[in-house]
Amino acid sequence: MTADMVRLAEHAGKALFAKFGIPVPEGYVVRSLGEIRETTKPMAAKAQVLAGGRGKAGGILFGSNQEQLERAVTSLLSMRIGGEKVSEVLIEERLNIIDEYYVSISVDRSAGIPMLMVIPHGGTEVETTESQNILKWNIHPFIDLPEYVCRECANQLILGPQQATHLEQVLTSLWRLFWAMDCDLAEINPLVKTGLGDLIAADAKVTIDDDALFRHPELPRESGERTPLELEARDLGLSMVQLDGGVGVVANGAGLTMATLDNLALHGSSGGVFLDLGGTDDEKVVEGALSLLSRASQRVILVNIFGGITKCDTVAEGIVAARKRLDITTPIVARIRGVNEDRARSILAADGIMAFEDLDDACKEAARLEGA
Amino acid sequence: MSILVDEKSKVMVQGITGHQGSFHAQEMLSYGTKVVAGVAPGRGGSKLLGLPVLESVSEAVEETGADISIVFVPAKNARDAVIEAIESDLRLVVIVSEHIPEHDAIELVQYAKLRGTTIIGPNCPGVTSPGKSKVGIMPNSIFKRGKIGVVSRSGTLTYEIVSALTKNGLGQSTCLGIGGDPVVGTSFVDSLAMFELDPQTEAIVLVGEIGGTAEEEAASFIASYVSKPIFAYIAGRTAPPGKKMGHAGAIISRGRGTAQSKIDALSQAGALIADLPKDIPKLVASRITQ
Repeated sequence: MTADMVRLAEHAGKALFAKFGIPVPEGYVVRSLGEIRETTKPMAAKAQVLAGGRGKAGGILFGSNQEQLERAVTSLLSMRIGGEKVSEVLIEERLNIIDEYYVSISVDRSAGIPMLMVIPHGGTEVETTESQNILKWNIHPFIDLPEYVCRECANQLILGPQQATHLEQVLTSLWRLFWAMDCDLAEINPLVKTGLGDLIAADAKVTIDDDALFRHPELPRESGERTPLELEARDLGLSMVQLDGGVGVVANGAGLTMATLDNLALHGSSGGVFLDLGGTDDEKVVEGALSLLSRASQRVILVNIFGGITKCDTVAEGIVAARKRLDITTPIVARIRGVNEDRARSILAADGIMAFEDLDDACKEAARLEGA
Repeated sequence: MSILVDEKSKVMVQGITGHQGSFHAQEMLSYGTKVVAGVAPGRGGSKLLGLPVLESVSEAVEETGADISIVFVPAKNARDAVIEAIESDLRLVVIVSEHIPEHDAIELVQYAKLRGTTIIGPNCPGVTSPGKSKVGIMPNSIFKRGKIGVVSRSGTLTYEIVSALTKNGLGQSTCLGIGGDPVVGTSFVDSLAMFELDPQTEAIVLVGEIGGTAEEEAASFIASYVSKPIFAYIAGRTAPPGKKMGHAGAIISRGRGTAQSKIDALSQAGALIADLPKDIPKLVASRITQ
């Protein structure tokens, strides 16, 4: 099965922020020029795409009057950013920014619990910040975010008593949101200090653990970062990544699929598809997997099964059925080991598919066929 | 000796009435594991595979003296099943179920630590001490009793490597799959510490993959605390950045978690690195006399 995240658009993230008590700029979303409201104030127009580097790509524009704002929205709605067509624009009051900070909560994999990260001078990317300039506190889920962490954080940001209270509210709310909504990441970059002394979330990046979506039926299912075939794979309960090469690799287990791709590379061949069957036991799923591979325009299909929870003969039956039903002409190389392997090999042999015992031999053969 | 499980281990199966639960309960019995009970709320009082099926974990402990549970309960109900096992003071809980929400995994791992229960997984193939006990879903035929400890983040890739060891006459003390999720109960470091203390284990094979820093942490632990020879294979050398490669934890993000970084860290700590899974036995044989 796939394991992924759902990333919310900025406006959806900000709606969650507002719901949990984090101040956000007043704003609304438009999909066409006609939806722009009358304004006399300076406004910001922000393309609602999930791709990174939106600011640098010109995806945020400003207008100090109605005419400029309309021009900005027209321009944004005709843009593509990182391959993604802009179909929604968030219009917000323009903030009077005195200072900016980076604030996020994510899961610290080493500690196995969440972590609050703060960078005193935000507007920067956490990726490019020296680690000694990032403030970090682990948050234990049985304890919640302690007040002292908020105090220390306010001291590090050199905030006055009024802003310190605001900061505590922002951090506490962000933590409550992170935990209640099964977030993988809840990030405010930047958190802005305005001329009036308020702290406002100028952007929102919220990703939700896909595996927890059953607890949040109101959230969207799409992350917008997958190809149509990858989405189809997900709906089948498979994990698929499309790559650049010509050999479609399907194996049971993520590690084994990666190892198969690595092994192929040693024979000068590169994989075109990573497809993890997972622990499936279902002939129909195997058939679906082969259908996906045959449509991903691969020159060779390499099947690598090491049976455990997945029975080798079930997979073999699925392969044979799929070849017949879908009329797949792409050459198939198989490597079969594990539970019911003998039966699996004879099923494949009866259909003219060569099934190797050794992975390296199978990779060599797949690379040879790709070059042939 | 061996680690985590041996011939004395008494195992209950939570979710024994499901498809995977019943299949693998049978497989474990065939392997010789002392599977003593199944737990299936709402189905208590029946029998399956000659085993009593009971309503609750505490009932299974009372009636059979089980000290270990293996959990096949679907992800949505897994949190509750594991809490029940932890609160019954089981020594070890092996969570096979995949797709457990990450926040649930965080809570379960932290709670188990507080209560003194060891968790393996979630999303893991379990643990086998060859010739003694198998608490997991690894194929029965691949093992041979011996001196090599195996620890891995992957499932099938572990079978691959264990089977290659066995084929080359290199038996194993214990084979442990810690799971591919970002948050797991037993880490590489925990496993290495147990293998270092286990007199049966003379060498350790570590199978890692891209994502996170568990292999780097293992490397610093090895440098300071592990005297036994380490052999490692890392999957995902050709994986592109920013893509989750099947496992929730297998992602190169923000330039961290690459295979190269793990390979460098481990070889600096003195581990021998294999380029292919099947090279592991050659490397091991070059250093160990069986």
